[in-house]
Amino acid sequence: MVYWQLFLAFFRIGIFGFGGGPTMVPLFHSECVKKYKWVTDDDFADNLALGNALPGPIATKLAAFIGYRVKGWKGALVANIAVVLPVVILMIALLEVIYRYKDAPGVYGMVQAIGPVIVVMTGVMTWEFLQKGWQGASSKAGSVIWLFLSVAALVLLDLHPGIVVGAALVGSFAYTTWSIRKRKSRDDREGAA
Amino acid sequence: MIYLQLFWAFFISNILGYGGGPPSIPLIQNEVVNTYKWMTVQEFGEVLAVGNALPSPIATKLAGYIGYQVAGVPGAAVALFATVAPTAIAMILLLQFIHVFRKAPQVKAMTQAVRPIVTVLLGTMTYQFLLGAVEGIGWMQTAILTVASFLLLEKWKLHPALVIVIAMAYGYFFIVMPA
Repeated sequence: MVYWQLFLAFFRIGIFGFGGGPTMVPLFHSECVKKYKWVTDDDFADNLALGNALPGPIATKLAAFIGYRVKGWKGALVANIAVVLPVVILMIALLEVIYRYKDAPGVYGMVQAIGPVIVVMTGVMTWEFLQKGWQGASSKAGSVIWLFLSVAALVLLDLHPGIVVGAALVGSFAYTTWSIRKRKSRDDREGAA
Repeated sequence: MIYLQLFWAFFISNILGYGGGPPSIPLIQNEVVNTYKWMTVQEFGEVLAVGNALPSPIATKLAGYIGYQVAGVPGAAVALFATVAPTAIAMILLLQFIHVFRKAPQVKAMTQAVRPIVTVLLGTMTYQFLLGAVEGIGWMQTAILTVASFLLLEKWKLHPALVIVIAMAYGYFFIVMPA
C-alpha cells in the first residue's frame, strides 16, 4: 500500500516534471510534504541543500532520500524507478517511431528541422551558465581569467573535459579548505595574544 | 565489456556533472560521441532535443535511451544504474551528516569553479550542432529555423515540446531530401 503510494507520487512527479531538475522541486514538495506528509518542511529543505551539494541529477537524489525515509532502501528503489522509468520508456518509443520512418520523404525534413531548435536550446543554456558564473563570481577579473583558461584547456589543448572538471573540483575544494584553516589559525593566534 | 563501457561513460559524466543536468550533458556527449563513438554529433543532438521536450531529468533520459540503443534493455539498465545509483546511495548515506554539509563554503566554491568550464563545453556543443544543421539543411533554412525557434522559446515562452512539433511540421513541408 505504501509502496503503491510511493510509486504513484513519484510517477506523477516524473510525468509532470517538464523542464527537468530544479523545476521539479516544487512537485516533490507538494506530493511528499503537503499531500502525503512523508517528510517535514524543514527536513525537505535540509535535504534539498544536501542534494544540491552532491553531483548528479537532483530529482533522483530527492527520490532516494524520501523513498528511504518512508520505506528504507526498498522505498528508495521504488521511488527512483517510478520517477525515471516511465519517461525513459516514452523517450525510447518516441525516437523509435521517428527513426523507423527516417527515410520517408517528409520525415527527413522533420528530423533535420530539429537541428536548429537544439542549437537554440544549448545556446540559451550556454548563456545562462555564463550569467550564473558572472553573478556568482567573488572576483570578476578572476572569473574572466578562469573562462579563458577553460577555453585554453578544452579547445586549444583539447584535454578530456572530465579531467578539467575533476581538477577544478579538487582544486577549489582544497583551496577553500586551506583558506578556512589559515583564517582559523590566524584567528586563534590573535585570540591568544 | 560493452556494459563496463556504458557504466563508466555514464558514471563519470554524472559524478563530474556538478550542478545537475546541464553540466553533465557535454560530458555525456564527449563519452558517447568522441570516446566510444556510439553516435554522431547530429544523432546526439536529435536525442537531446527530443529529451528536452519530455518531462523529468535530462541525464536519466539520455542514459536510458543511449544505453538501450547500444546494448538493449540490459544496456539501458546499466546506464541508468550508473547515472542514478552512486549519487542516490551517497545521498542516503550522508543523511546522518546533513548539518556538516549545509553551508560548507567548499560546496559554493566547487559549484562556482565548474561553471566557466561548463560554459565552454556547452558553447562548443552549440557550435557543433550549428555546423551539423548547416551541413544538413544549408544556411538559409538553419537561419530561419534558429531565429523562429529562438523567438518561440525565449520571447513567447512556448513549451519546448510544442516548438519541436512546429519545427517538424515546417520541415515536413519546406525541407526536401537532397537527391
